[in-house]
Amino acid sequence: MALYVALLYYDRDQYWDEPPESEFSPEYTAFARRATEAGVMRGGEKLHPVTTSTTITVSGGKGGDVMLTDGPYAEAKEVLGGYFVLETADLDEAIAWAAQIPAAWSGKIELRPVAPVVRP
Amino acid sequence: MSANDLLVDVLRTEGPRVLATLARSTGDFAVAEDALSEAAIVAMRTWKQDGIPDNPRAWLTVVARRKAFDVLRRESARHAKETEAFGWGAQAPVDELEEVIEAIGPDGTLRDDLLRLTFICCHPALSREAQVALALRTLARLEVAAIARAFLVPEATMAKRLVRARAKIATAKIPYAIPADAELPGRLAGVLAVVYLIATEAHAPTEGERITRVDLEAEAVRLARLLAELMPDEPEVLSLLALLLFTSARTPARTNCDGEAVMLPDQDRSLWDTAAIGEGSSWLSRAVAWSGGVAGPYQLQAHLAAAHSTAPTWKETDWDRIIGLYDLLGTITANPVVTLNRAIAVTERYGPEAGLAALEVVRGLERSHLWHAALADALGRLGRRGEAARELQTAISLAPTEPERRLLQARLGTAASG
Repeated sequence: MALYVALLYYDRDQYWDEPPESEFSPEYTAFARRATEAGVMRGGEKLHPVTTSTTITVSGGKGGDVMLTDGPYAEAKEVLGGYFVLETADLDEAIAWAAQIPAAWSGKIELRPVAPVVRP
Repeated sequence: MSANDLLVDVLRTEGPRVLATLARSTGDFAVAEDALSEAAIVAMRTWKQDGIPDNPRAWLTVVARRKAFDVLRRESARHAKETEAFGWGAQAPVDELEEVIEAIGPDGTLRDDLLRLTFICCHPALSREAQVALALRTLARLEVAAIARAFLVPEATMAKRLVRARAKIATAKIPYAIPADAELPGRLAGVLAVVYLIATEAHAPTEGERITRVDLEAEAVRLARLLAELMPDEPEVLSLLALLLFTSARTPARTNCDGEAVMLPDQDRSLWDTAAIGEGSSWLSRAVAWSGGVAGPYQLQAHLAAAHSTAPTWKETDWDRIIGLYDLLGTITANPVVTLNRAIAVTERYGPEAGLAALEVVRGLERSHLWHAALADALGRLGRRGEAARELQTAISLAPTEPERRLLQARLGTAASG
């Protein structure tokens, strides 16, 4: 089995004030239920709009000054709106599930394999 | 074929088969690939001295399997889990030839393994560039340096591209599997597109001096042959092989003794490879037999290539048949090049006036030298010399390769003097 994070991206203009997933709310509920019943769902959260985000950087590396920016990192056209963690046999299966997430219909979904953390 | 060429050929034919078996048994594509590369080096050295063994596939499998075992054992020191993936041979001594031949399995197993290998190399989650590189390295066993040369990139760039693609296959867990029936048509179209792309790259480099790169053309035919062997009842696979054979048959006539490009109408047809044309025709008949009356895009293109290949001269080409085929092709693809080629056929069949009318409605090729050259031809035949020369000049400024530019320059010279 393999673990993937499905990152849900939305068009920035569309997302700025109102998260667009609200219009797909029943679809999200249905997706989450199906994925849970299939044993694929390993978690996920919805994020507040990027108007509420704060970007942090420590200037000069570790121990340096904490610098804050109001808003998201990078002037990208698309913004992250939420994520799901999916566990499937392989990438093909993960793609099949990701295509059922409403964000894929109006925005984009990036599937990233989760790297196992080596614990001491 | 020299002894060395024969060696290389055996390695390249057997390589993907050994790799396919090894990828299944190790469950790790990258390990299998590394193991086979090491085994091939050993084979080159040993076979040069002792000759090619009776069963080179089993020989290679034994050595590659041993190498894979070494790699996995080294890695298992760090990740104990991975030895589990190495299904067989972990306990048994790995030098029993009989046992290995058994492990290779019957032909059906090998066929499925090769199909899995094909589909993993052409998986849509990989970039088209990566798919092409993997197909040439993994399925055609072409050296990295040769692939890099063919695509005009530094060897290090090509090596990095391959490493990255293999790492993605392993990390993102792209399955080593034959697609389900529902996905098969789409995935198969992707595989064919990779092979077709390699062939077109051979014929129409978008820049530089050379007009053809025979190497890539042979590689595309090699890959299409492998696919036809694996999927003998897929009409589009057989059609692609036929198409590539028809076009590769013309390669000897595509440049003259001065190395200048020669276009289809002016080619010396006695230079065409009649054996390749004959083989193409027989694959095309087989494709027609399997297609149940519904011709796919590769079959239509193969019919078009066949019509040219069997015409005694450019003038005596069966233009009605060609126009009909372009009409059919136009219903399944929205490619303006199809409309352009149809218009060129109309010029030949119904004269320059009809041809010009058909050319003028072509949209989307304003930046293509081919369209302007065709316009120039029709205008020239109508005696509209000034307009023809202007179109030729535009074509020259847009031509992507030096040989094509020279060819158009020569036409401009003839038009001016004649």
